[in-house]
Amino acid sequence: MPSDLPAQPRPARVAFYNDPKARSIAYQIALCAVIAFLVYGAARSAIDNLARAQIASGFAFWNHTAGFDISQTLIEYSPRASTYGRAFWVGLLNTLLVAGIGIVFATIIGFAVGISRLSSNWLLAKVAGGYVETIRNLPLLLQLLFWYNAVLKTLPDIRESITAPGGVILNNRGFFVPVPRFGDGIGFVVLAFAVGIAGAIALRLWARRRQERTGQRASILPVTLLMVGGLPLAVFAAVGWPVSFEFPQIGRFNIAGGIEILPELAALVFGLSIYTAAFIAEVVRAGILAVSRGQTEAAYSLGFRAAPTLRLVVVPQAMRVIVPPLTSQYLNLTKNSSLAVAIGYPDLVQIFTGTVLNQTGQAVEVVAITMLVYLIISLITSLIMNIYNRHVALVER
Amino acid sequence: MPTTEPNRAASETAFVRGVAIAPRPPPAEMTGLLAWLRINLFSTPFNILLTALIVLLLAWAIPEIVKFLVIDAVWSGSDREACLAYVQHREIGACWPFVSERLPYFIYGSYPIPERWRVDVFFLMLAGGIVWLLWPRAPRRDLGAIYFFIVLPAVSFVLLTGWSAVGLEPVDTVLWGGVLVTIVVASVGIVLSLPLGIILALGRRSRMPIVRLLSVMFIEFVRGVPLITVLFMASVMLPLFVPEQYSPDKLVRALIGIAIFASAYMAEVVRAGLQAIPRGQYEGAMAIGLGYGQTMRLVVLPQALAVTIPNIVNTYIGLFKDTTLVFIVGIFDLLRTIEVARIDPKWATPVTSTTGYVVAAIFYLIFCYGMSRYARAMEARLAKGGPR
Repeated sequence: MPSDLPAQPRPARVAFYNDPKARSIAYQIALCAVIAFLVYGAARSAIDNLARAQIASGFAFWNHTAGFDISQTLIEYSPRASTYGRAFWVGLLNTLLVAGIGIVFATIIGFAVGISRLSSNWLLAKVAGGYVETIRNLPLLLQLLFWYNAVLKTLPDIRESITAPGGVILNNRGFFVPVPRFGDGIGFVVLAFAVGIAGAIALRLWARRRQERTGQRASILPVTLLMVGGLPLAVFAAVGWPVSFEFPQIGRFNIAGGIEILPELAALVFGLSIYTAAFIAEVVRAGILAVSRGQTEAAYSLGFRAAPTLRLVVVPQAMRVIVPPLTSQYLNLTKNSSLAVAIGYPDLVQIFTGTVLNQTGQAVEVVAITMLVYLIISLITSLIMNIYNRHVALVER
Repeated sequence: MPTTEPNRAASETAFVRGVAIAPRPPPAEMTGLLAWLRINLFSTPFNILLTALIVLLLAWAIPEIVKFLVIDAVWSGSDREACLAYVQHREIGACWPFVSERLPYFIYGSYPIPERWRVDVFFLMLAGGIVWLLWPRAPRRDLGAIYFFIVLPAVSFVLLTGWSAVGLEPVDTVLWGGVLVTIVVASVGIVLSLPLGIILALGRRSRMPIVRLLSVMFIEFVRGVPLITVLFMASVMLPLFVPEQYSPDKLVRALIGIAIFASAYMAEVVRAGLQAIPRGQYEGAMAIGLGYGQTMRLVVLPQALAVTIPNIVNTYIGLFKDTTLVFIVGIFDLLRTIEVARIDPKWATPVTSTTGYVVAAIFYLIFCYGMSRYARAMEARLAKGGPR
């Protein structure tokens, strides 16, 4: 310790109002005060306004009888007996239904278009590019209204229904598709299917382990197909084909039998999947471009063919880039399904912030519940995303 | 042919060619139109199949579209009779007289006819401001920014809502409609979302925990819910939270909703830009004694915003498309005026809806495609490093 240095004078104390720490605390206290004041003011006027309009508050309405009908219900629902709470679940399920179907179609179209844009076929690449540029630059709402009002609603009425191959009937009340009815013994078929899948997984594991040990590749595809497809089919035949199709029949005013797909649902699925597919196509294209050409060339020089190169080298690396933005597109699709309200598909927003809000007048509670549902969906998705990202990162290093 | 030892061969021979032979032309099948076709369209059997399928598709779709829009289209008429197939005894395409008669409604909504010049002046002023701000070589772009973000909003507000003191008849916002409302909603969103987004982004990167927490909560909350619910919140919940006499009108409530939504998305775009600025820039600014405000205003934000211009414009494209959602809370934007006009009994025919949607599609395509071209051009400029 060099004690012979002259003692330095203590630095002069900074005035407290120039001290960054004191300042930051003061700013934050001020901000809190402003927000508390705003919240207080908002709460005061809300209480006043609600009292003046004689609107109840609280969540008691949840158990009150709803009294309105819903055009598509996945769970049992009756306007007379069911509560607002039940209507909420009906709406939520309808939202999840349309989001689920939309995600499947959007993924298929999006991957196809995204890969097409990189195709060596000039015409295909240009057409895919035109699709993306057009669809991305048109508002989703316009597209939904187009599908609903200009396409599906101009289909002929019931008496002049279009009969498509396979017993599907199209008219301006929606699509009617045949529904299979299963008889006795179908349980065995399901069981055989499960056994087949389990067998296929076991076979795959065995083949991979053997390849790691000896380097010999086994071609597992024929056996897998036989187990997953052939076994259930054989059992199906053995129990005597216990299935019959119930075809929709055109009546005078109605169509009996089959499953009815509302035109609202069809328009929403068309619109959402075609719109989101354009964005997914861009995600996929960016992901594939992110894998450098050297990777492909290295695989070729090792003697890989085109298909294994794609499957073992390009896709795994591209997926790491694709999956995070892909998830946010799925989330966008789910949030955009709330545009259902514009064409009258009974989703969560249409039922809850539409009908229930109008009937009860409890804007705060109803909007808060609706927002909370979407927030929870978003949070769960980003949680799963984080887990996936960690998984991918582990594989990398 | 002595190919192994050319040097010795050259030194022993009396004659050596001093000039290289001119290169032979490439084989005929590698150049010209045919080669291009072969390489780009017919390289493999699969590609031949694809090309054939697409040609078939286009050969079916393009004539159909042309037929609908031009050949079978109705070009004159005074009401729906002109566009009805069973009246005209022919196939009917787009119903253009419907558009030409309703065009003023699509542009101005129900804005009083003698006052419509004010809307035109607003459009012109806005167009001028946009050109001033976006054209990279325009003079005094700093003044342009002041004009666009301060002068223009104030003047437009007076011009459009009216002010009796200067002789402008007040016009209630319920009369506004069509392109006017679409442009107003989009411009308010564009003008407000950038400053609000910058504040939120700075808040999210602040060292003060409460500021950071509040910014994160706001951004993540708004980004986690659909725009419609934000608009519903603004249009049905907001009136409850302010004293009755201050309750804003319907259009203002929708504008608040749009501004909240757009600023949360803008905040994330700006944050990405801030993250691209190396720490050395902050430290350098600190070393020459700049305070927080000066550091941000003079050093960090100019660089951060410059690199995010393409993303900012892309967010604006999304915002422009999202303005259609005000339709759902009862504002008469372009899409809603078309919805109202197409079911008007005077013009309602099977083709009216499609005609109306084609008009809307062209409008949105022009604006959004224009913006995306601009974003791409800026991206290319940034990639080059820009002119020094």
